Amino acid sequence: MSELDPEQTPEGLPVTPADAVEIPVADISGAGPDLVEVRVGAFGVHGSPDVSGYGGLINKIEIAGASERPYGSYFDEVADDLATNLGSDYNEAIEKVVVDRGEVTFYVHRDRIIQVCQAMLHDPLLRFEMCLGVSGVHWPHELDRELHAVYHLRSITHNRIVRLEVTCPDSDPHIPSTTSIYPTNDWHERETYDFFGIIFDGHPYLTRIEMPDDWLGHPQRKDYPLGGIPVEYKGATVPPPDKRRSYS
Amino acid sequence: MSDTTYTTMGSADSAAGSDGPEESGFYETTQGDRVYDVQGGDWDTILAPPTGEKDRLIVNMGPQHPSTHGVLRLIVELDGESVQSIRAAIGYLHTGIEKNMEFRTWTQGATFVTRMDYVAGLHNELAYALAVERLLGIEDQIPERASVIRVLLSELSRAASHLVAIATGGLELGALTGMTVGFRDRELILDIFESITGLRMNHGYIRPGGVSHDLPAGIEGDITEAIKVLRKRSSDVHNLLVGNAIWLGRTQGVGYLDLAGCMALGVTGPILRSTGLPFDVRKTDPYCGFENYEFEVPTETTCDVYGRFLIRLAEITQSLSIVEQCLDKLKPGPVMVADKKIAWPADLSVGPDGQGNSLAHIKQIMGTSMEALIHHFKLVTEGFQVPPGQVYVPTESAKGELGMHLVSDGGTRPYRAHMREPSFTNLQAVAAMCEGGMLSDVVASISSIDPVMGGVDR
Repeated sequence: MSELDPEQTPEGLPVTPADAVEIPVADISGAGPDLVEVRVGAFGVHGSPDVSGYGGLINKIEIAGASERPYGSYFDEVADDLATNLGSDYNEAIEKVVVDRGEVTFYVHRDRIIQVCQAMLHDPLLRFEMCLGVSGVHWPHELDRELHAVYHLRSITHNRIVRLEVTCPDSDPHIPSTTSIYPTNDWHERETYDFFGIIFDGHPYLTRIEMPDDWLGHPQRKDYPLGGIPVEYKGATVPPPDKRRSYS
Repeated sequence: MSDTTYTTMGSADSAAGSDGPEESGFYETTQGDRVYDVQGGDWDTILAPPTGEKDRLIVNMGPQHPSTHGVLRLIVELDGESVQSIRAAIGYLHTGIEKNMEFRTWTQGATFVTRMDYVAGLHNELAYALAVERLLGIEDQIPERASVIRVLLSELSRAASHLVAIATGGLELGALTGMTVGFRDRELILDIFESITGLRMNHGYIRPGGVSHDLPAGIEGDITEAIKVLRKRSSDVHNLLVGNAIWLGRTQGVGYLDLAGCMALGVTGPILRSTGLPFDVRKTDPYCGFENYEFEVPTETTCDVYGRFLIRLAEITQSLSIVEQCLDKLKPGPVMVADKKIAWPADLSVGPDGQGNSLAHIKQIMGTSMEALIHHFKLVTEGFQVPPGQVYVPTESAKGELGMHLVSDGGTRPYRAHMREPSFTNLQAVAAMCEGGMLSDVVASISSIDPVMGGVDR
């Protein structure tokens, strides 16, 4: 996952300072794993003179990319049934299918999420009766795919679980609401809106649910400042958690 | 649920200041609704009860109310005593647990999740630990003894949670002896927890890789003894409430929610099983070796509060039977994964103060092995790295399907942790259960949902 810059001195120190290292942008288009973020240096500390050499570390954050058939388990069957149901729309609706750690994720184009959910619920071969809610994930470095809404569907009939993932750009954070198909998502979508700022179009009353009504910002986004008060003790201060050094 | 259609805050003076005449104590909202403010006022000074469709009383039940099961606020629109509409307002106990976890190591996460649904915190710890283990890919390396201990604690937890549900349900409906009986029995289980983890609640005991330390010597005897007492005493609740005419009158046919309603609203747990569907994640997606235990999934077909009450009673019996099977399966062995890059080397054990370190281990790292000290320090402060990816692990908690959606970016902390809380999801059903019923039935319905606000708000 982490590798040293190839151009380095015999001592292992980088030739170029961290700022001058050319960082590839997040790339999810190619085959193989998806590159969602590239981090430079260690401990999350930037702007201080680098005397350790760790400043030259380049850490690529890669998550599992599109999988090839056969997907294994019941995943092929679900994909086939969904393709039969959607017909020619399948390739447009499903951006990719990822199988990782024994779980399947269908990346759904946001304009098609209603259609896919309807198929998932009503097709007797699919029959995912229950939606297990909506979760959000913020990947601020995935260009135009910063915000992810993650749906887990459960089929009690066939005893299966699949995951649908829909992305939307931060500049246009809109995803159609699925409350008309899965009424349980009413509160879940409100929560995801509250914490991530994803606007679910068509939701009956998309208001904040956990935070106070007049709260500003969406707290679980990665760019939301924690705003902790530095702890001072005998002249030294401990910064808020998001400003401390980290090992990630 | 527009907030312009009602008020109970502020004095009559401030309300009258807006639109209405001061002596009448009402004002009209932008939507044309007439809002009466009776705080600090007197009914006699208010005009004769108005007539017509809009003449309804909107009452805030909670967030501070003894029978709303915690800091839950119910906004009830009443026509006389019948509930025209009801909306739940939540968030009063939101503590940002999910966000906090993003700034703590994977091991520390167990300490946070246990505070979500604090009545059955061990279920949360279990779901979280299983999710981290799946991310790490070490699911099949978990020692057998750790899995058995996990099942044992999870089932004791379920019994304790159901006892609280029955107890508070009794309290809220006026069956106070039901309350004392329930809490008395739960105390036996909490005593066992205290002997094992050092704490009655908020354990942080089930951790990624296994459990934090082994069971204390002789605990098997204590558990057997407690089960014997619990079995004997279970007839108390039966004698008190099962078939009791007053209890039947308050609970039968109340809070009706059928299978279609449960499916649409994502309702799981005893509420779903009260519709006759024996859905239980322990059976459909067995974890921790639940497929090797013999137990039944109790169901009822009444879809009402009474059915859920009976299911909880039956599940306590089933859980006690699983605990006994666990005691039979307990074989000596490690309780933490062998990988020293994940397991803390501290070798914790419960000391006289409830918690403590192994003195022998401290002597070794402080006196003889600098490397062991560094390793210990790094593992505790920095933590271990988890390969990037995401997982969803469903488990069956006392309230329903408890799922952990966990995302890693390859670092030493969760990138995103989201709990699919059954309390949160089930609480949505309050409108479907209560609208059209009586106000007194709202209390019965809420108690049958058994929401724990720590889990709802997280």
